[in-house]
Amino acid sequence: MSSQATDTSERQNWMGLLARAKATQLAELMPDPLPDHSLLRAPEIGAVMVRGRAGATGAPFNLGEMTVTRCSLRLASGAVGHAVVQGRGRDHARRAAVVDALMQTGEAAGVRARVLEPLAAAEETARRDRAQKAAATKVEFFTMVRGEDK
Amino acid sequence: MYVAVKGGERAIDNAHAWLAEERRGDPAVAELTTAQIREQLRLAVNRVMAEGSLYDLDLAALAIKQARGDLIEAVFLIRAYRTTLPRHGVSLPVETAQMAVTRRISATFKDAPGGQVLGPTFDYTHRLLDFTLEANGEAPVALRAPAMAAAVPHITSFLNRDGMIEEAPHDDTPPPDLTREPMELPASRATRLQAIARGDEGFILSMAYSTQRGYGRTHAFVGELRIGMVDVEMEVPELGFAICIGEIELTECETVNQFKGSRTEPPQFTRGYGLTFGQNERKSIAMSLVDRALRWKELGEDYTGAPAQDEEFVLMHADNVQATGFLEHIKLPHYVDFQSELELVRKLRAEVAASAMQEAAE
Repeated sequence: MSSQATDTSERQNWMGLLARAKATQLAELMPDPLPDHSLLRAPEIGAVMVRGRAGATGAPFNLGEMTVTRCSLRLASGAVGHAVVQGRGRDHARRAAVVDALMQTGEAAGVRARVLEPLAAAEETARRDRAQKAAATKVEFFTMVRGEDK
Repeated sequence: MYVAVKGGERAIDNAHAWLAEERRGDPAVAELTTAQIREQLRLAVNRVMAEGSLYDLDLAALAIKQARGDLIEAVFLIRAYRTTLPRHGVSLPVETAQMAVTRRISATFKDAPGGQVLGPTFDYTHRLLDFTLEANGEAPVALRAPAMAAAVPHITSFLNRDGMIEEAPHDDTPPPDLTREPMELPASRATRLQAIARGDEGFILSMAYSTQRGYGRTHAFVGELRIGMVDVEMEVPELGFAICIGEIELTECETVNQFKGSRTEPPQFTRGYGLTFGQNERKSIAMSLVDRALRWKELGEDYTGAPAQDEEFVLMHADNVQATGFLEHIKLPHYVDFQSELELVRKLRAEVAASAMQEAAE
């Protein structure tokens, strides 16, 4: 994999993590004051049309919309950050864009440890919790006429 | 023609003030928070998101509170709010094969690879009222078993290998969007799926039930029903690549239907498809049955005149906001219309009376 592809895939990872994050947790991990920045696009609430595919793999169709908030900004250092986050959180989108910008600067390692890793850990815990509850409801159905193999 | 009326402002204001008081109910009882609705009436929230066609748990909870639990009124509020939102883009089609499943069952394959997972279901409950819920008890705790969140392949993909079931070949035709352009008939399958996905659950349920009772029978089995969280991805022009913009809960149903073959196709199973926002399985199963019934022409089946085969009938009557808007508008003042009707009936009666007099005279 080229380093550019690696960079893109890493950026996709953190942008997705920030989009899915709970706004309250992000605010706790990134308290005010935020680093100086100028807004290129002020946080704006809108909708994205979510598509599915007929039969899961066939032609796409419009399922319905979801709310999102987007924001673009530039740090004093010149780094530009973008965010499109789920829901109607202007503050959420602004913080996510700040993190995206910081991750392209020399502060990346610190931001990763202070913000991204706790977010990823919280997400992983929530996902594991759901998967464990699902696993506890896994069933084996037996047809009554079948003799069980010894 | 509808002619507007003026007046009644004070009565209307007072009616709305009383509505607000009634909404609150007895002030001696604690007020319901939208967070409580979101967490504890989640299936109502899911229904409002599906039919409001907007995935936002908090907005749906607010709409339910404002509508005093009238879910169609809540759907109406969500649809109205949605029109105020700028469209930030269109997602890539969601990858339901990558779903983190909390429920996944098959009525056709006992030993479905990946296993059957019941999830938080009403199935197998006794439907007896649980009076312990009237008391404030401790929060119940679900049991856990060791697991790693991992993708579970679709069951139809196993049947596909033998050519036993029709394929859903990959296709990237951009779908029409009935929130942007008026629906055209005959409709594409993409338009039908969008209309059914946001259609009234009760209407879609009854249409599906009618096919099971013999009005356009399709012999459906639930090949797979899955519920879980799915990432939503979107291409962002400023970035030049796609990013995940959130995760949503979806319910997906694939039916496996009998098909005796046609001039061009050998006998094989065919499929119906249902997909809805949230845990919403009655709607999703019903959607897949109605989708399959509407495919009769494409599959070379006979049109028997069944309502569920009639695309215009299904699509033009599925939307509960349109339906309730037209239905309920007849209660609003129609004084001028009715005045003209009165005059018409009086005139007709006078003419009948006059001709009777004349006949009597002759």
